[in-house]
Amino acid sequence: MVKASNNTVLHVADVHKTFGGLHALADVDLAIEEGKTHAIIGPNGAGKSTLLNVIVGKLAPTRGTVVLDGEVLTGKSPHEINQMGVARVFQTPEIFPDLSVFDNVMAPAFAKRDGSFKINIFNSLQSEKDIAQEAEEIIVDFGLEPMINTHAGALSRGHKRRLELAMCLIQKPRILLLDEPTAGMSRHDTNTTIDLLKKIKSTGMTKIIIEHDMHVVFSLADKVSVLAQGRIIAEGSPDEIRANPKVKEAYLGESSE
Amino acid sequence: MFNIPKKDAITFVLFAIVVLTMPIWLAPLGASYPGLLQKFAIYALLAVGYNILFGLTGYLSFGHAAFLGVGSYAAVWSFKLLSMNPVLALVFAIFFSGLFALAIGFISLRRSGIYFSILTLAFAQMSYKLAYSVLSPITHGENGLQLTLQDPRAIDMMFIERGSSLPTSSLFGIPMNGYAGFYFCAVILLIGFFIAQKITSSPFGMMLKGIKSNEDRMNYTGFNTKPYMLTAFVISGIYAGVAGGLLSITDPLAGAERMQWTASGELVLMTILGGVGTLVGPVIGAWIIKYFENIFSAFNESVLHNFFAFLPDNFESIVVLISSKFVGEGWHLTLGLMFVLVVVFLPGGIMEGVRRISARFSNRKDPSKGEEVIDPENLPKPDLKKGE
Ligand SMILES: Nc1ncnc2c1ncn2[C@@H]1O[C@H](COP(=O)(O)OP(=O)(O)OP(=O)(O)O)[C@@H](O)[C@H]1O
Ligand SMILES: [Mg+2]
Repeated sequence: MVKASNNTVLHVADVHKTFGGLHALADVDLAIEEGKTHAIIGPNGAGKSTLLNVIVGKLAPTRGTVVLDGEVLTGKSPHEINQMGVARVFQTPEIFPDLSVFDNVMAPAFAKRDGSFKINIFNSLQSEKDIAQEAEEIIVDFGLEPMINTHAGALSRGHKRRLELAMCLIQKPRILLLDEPTAGMSRHDTNTTIDLLKKIKSTGMTKIIIEHDMHVVFSLADKVSVLAQGRIIAEGSPDEIRANPKVKEAYLGESSE
Repeated sequence: MFNIPKKDAITFVLFAIVVLTMPIWLAPLGASYPGLLQKFAIYALLAVGYNILFGLTGYLSFGHAAFLGVGSYAAVWSFKLLSMNPVLALVFAIFFSGLFALAIGFISLRRSGIYFSILTLAFAQMSYKLAYSVLSPITHGENGLQLTLQDPRAIDMMFIERGSSLPTSSLFGIPMNGYAGFYFCAVILLIGFFIAQKITSSPFGMMLKGIKSNEDRMNYTGFNTKPYMLTAFVISGIYAGVAGGLLSITDPLAGAERMQWTASGELVLMTILGGVGTLVGPVIGAWIIKYFENIFSAFNESVLHNFFAFLPDNFESIVVLISSKFVGEGWHLTLGLMFVLVVVFLPGGIMEGVRRISARFSNRKDPSKGEEVIDPENLPKPDLKKGE
């Protein structure tokens, strides 16, 4: 069992998740450190998304707890967990397809400022200058301003992913969870995303990133955990992971390098 | 508090002009009599309120007739017990329909989608049946709740003598029937429309649209969607209650048939016909349906003969024979066909038609059409062995 140290932000403690007879997660123990980018890699069906689902409150673990800054997240609902500072980019983009790109980015800013429920009827959206400006800035940063008034549902997959990332970042989360942020992207878009993520990394934001693309993992991660069949089979720096024969066998395949 | 975006302000002014001049422009259509004008205003208000729930959040309620009914009963009770003042009656209607909506909404909103709809339907039908049976001391069952000469009217009795005929609801001495009644309803409609505009353009309205678009995302974004939904449900229930109150104010007789599920169904039709999620659409839908129900249904063969008199005789009788199937008793057929045509060709309702036409005229690029969607959902995962 990994001991949570002083600079641990998120501690996944001994988490199990079973679906019927399937052990999607078993004995998963992770300590995510302040300001670090922690990559989780593993073959399809290893349980990576399930782990994030447990963290954000979409799924209740069969056993174990998740702790953020000393506060237990397990048992809380997704909106409470977000309000505590957990934001997530999903494997398939989860955005508001019927709202404009602008509104998509404004909504999370409202959640951050006003909390999980507030009846704000007397102001019009236009009169919320601070939030509008904040949203505009991040939209420009992300190169989405040509489509600021477009319905988000009409965006390309790559733009949807970038939008979702913007929606998470405007909340300045304590920890950002990224589920395959470059899946299905062209090499060019992938590189753009890597640059973007590097920029985020330089702000010192703590991140968990799930990624299949080793190029992405090795250029971003400070630490890598390898998940296979619900278990963490190896953990270490990117270089250690690359050299680990167990990982090569289970995941990278013998023909690696 | 009264500041609204310029575009909304223009819409409001135009809408106000259209509503307040209804007695004029409805005259050539044969619909400019007070009784019908009142209904136009009242059902428009009902539809505007319904749209706050259905249009903004996408939750389809089949139970709003119950709130309409509660509002009507509450208003008549306020007449009977306290005063013939219409404003007081509306306060009663707002309070009780709001309370009712809070209770029904609290339970129904434990589910979403079809289950939510079924729950609201069940509650409304239950209210309807109970109004005829267990609750008949309050609703007076099949006779309907009406005024009597013996009603206490406690507040009124402090100021005036008991008359020998049934009183009418009046404000500053103006009786709330006829055209005065219409204008009273019209003002309430305008207030309701303004509030709906404020809600739609507010952050709160955006949250409701967010719930419709992707409720899960709302949760992961930190919103507790339940209280948002409940608030929208109660607001929309109160609109229905006020509409019910106005029905009683213009005609102080409340019957349980107002709570039947068909009344809720009609409300859904109005909203879809006019344009779900738009502010003006549901109003247009309400007017069309009320027009058909009251005017089209009254057309008979002699009206048609007059209308087609310019045609040659033989031809005329054929045309009249065919068209007579679509009017009078057959008005449902026309309405049904119209509904089918709108839903098939204009899924966004009549307002979508309006938008398309104005887009064609203004010749501008449709902003809702973004770039082409490329969905690499089926693309293979990138090669796992690419580690540098
Ligand atoms: N809600 C669920 N109900 C039942 N089984 C589930 C559920 N979610 C995931 N599983 C199963 O749990 C296992 C792990 O799934 P998960 O989505 O976490 O894998 P993953 O590592 O994210 O894979 P991928 O790389 O394909 O995204 C799979 O066998 C999956 O079928
Ligand atoms: Mg996954």
